[in-house]
Amino acid sequence: MKRAVVAILFFVGLVGIWQAMVSSGHYSPVLLPPPGDVWHYLVEAAKSGELAKATAVTTKRLLIGYFAGCLLGLPLGLLTARSKYLNDTVGVLALGLQTLPSVCWVPLALLWFGQTEAAMQFVVIMGTLWSVLIAVENGVKNLPPLYVRAARTMGSKGTHTLTHVILPASLPYVISGMKQGWAFAWRSLMAAEIFVTILTGVGLGHILHYGRELNAMDQVLGIMLVLVVIGLLADKLLFSPWESFIHRRWGTARN
Amino acid sequence: MSATEALINPEPAKLVVDGVSKSFTTRRGKLQALDNVSLTVSEGEFVCLVGPSGCGKSTLLNLIAGLDVPDSGTLSSDGQLISGTGRERMVMFQEHALFPWLDVLGNVLFGLKLKPNLTDKDRVEVAKYYLHLVGLSNFAKANIHELSGGMKQRVALARALAPNPRVLLMDEPFASLDAMTREQLYEDIQKIWAARKKTIVFVTHNVREAVCLGDRVVLFSPNPGRIREEFPVTLPRPRDINSIQLASLASEITRALKSHLPTA
Repeated sequence: MKRAVVAILFFVGLVGIWQAMVSSGHYSPVLLPPPGDVWHYLVEAAKSGELAKATAVTTKRLLIGYFAGCLLGLPLGLLTARSKYLNDTVGVLALGLQTLPSVCWVPLALLWFGQTEAAMQFVVIMGTLWSVLIAVENGVKNLPPLYVRAARTMGSKGTHTLTHVILPASLPYVISGMKQGWAFAWRSLMAAEIFVTILTGVGLGHILHYGRELNAMDQVLGIMLVLVVIGLLADKLLFSPWESFIHRRWGTARN
Repeated sequence: MSATEALINPEPAKLVVDGVSKSFTTRRGKLQALDNVSLTVSEGEFVCLVGPSGCGKSTLLNLIAGLDVPDSGTLSSDGQLISGTGRERMVMFQEHALFPWLDVLGNVLFGLKLKPNLTDKDRVEVAKYYLHLVGLSNFAKANIHELSGGMKQRVALARALAPNPRVLLMDEPFASLDAMTREQLYEDIQKIWAARKKTIVFVTHNVREAVCLGDRVVLFSPNPGRIREEFPVTLPRPRDINSIQLASLASEITRALKSHLPTA
């Protein structure tokens, strides 16, 4: 309760400072619109349905690409950790591509897939896949061999060992890899949406871009707020439950 | 199979180790962990393997468990050649090897879930029986990291007993525990051994521990790993680790152990 009050006061204070800066008259309202204008824009955009539509377009791209990336990265990570050949080939490739900002894939994606959803999803997949792959590989390689030996004495082998021992044992690595993959995917999607016009749907990035073209900073700031909220929600819904499970079970407690 | 049937004691198995050799290649060259070792453990016998580190006692245990393969020689359990791990031979490791992603009950259930012909309800019933046996009934839902070292080894014991093996292989299971906890576990393990007749092979470097628990103490010497001497222990059970007879037998074995060591 006390923590909630502190948090609310903090954010109210932030908006207060913002408003005070606008009221001081030192800054042009074109460059720094008052919080009220941004709120007004958001309400209007919400009423017209534009905001919901763009949010749906963007989150759909993100979720499809992200889950496809995870679905590919998980098994590939398990395999590269278990096979020397895959480690020397796919493992090295993944390490290299992981360092490549995935927005670099945008020009190729546009040529390959055109200005379509597929191009956007491809960029998101490239952002997710390699992080997840490397995290899983790392997790499996750091696994104490004792777990697998103990499981073998109890009759576990093959796929059972993989799904019931190796995968859960590397869960802390897997989750942090998925979180990193999410961050990369989200950033690259925004970069792509801001710089490229996609004919199959208007996403949040595009609206932000139009805002700049129209010199409508209330729109730009409004969309930025929406992006922050989506990021926070994703963290709370997708990762927090897993993280608290890991903290509880493994005893890497917070608080 | 019902839970009651799953709890019926199976006949303990007889283990025969015949002319087994095993070597490892390390950075410092080839290490002959076991050199032509033969050993017979009768049904229901509690045998302790004692020796300094590097004498191959843990290697032998891993071979009996089926976790490793010998270079030469054979191992068998009740006449059946050991060619891999098997549920009738369960292992307790020095480090508890419990799975941190499962709670206590989940750990005890792990091996049971791999056992066919049981309903999940029966499995839980069997797991709870063993948790009760090791005195941890109230900790079924606890996380592993919340337990003390002694409790963790109790869970590991329950997990090893749960699939109802005929042989229990214990690799220095109490080595990392404090003296008080260990003494309590000596009592408990003797009680459990009496209640659930198993053939037990127990590896330790603690001679008193071996004398306290074993029907027979088998002495190993290193480089290459060989069996040097065997000492039957006929002291009445349950044994108290602090009793004078036990201590005098232990010091006799310790003298023998030292005589086999290269002078330091």
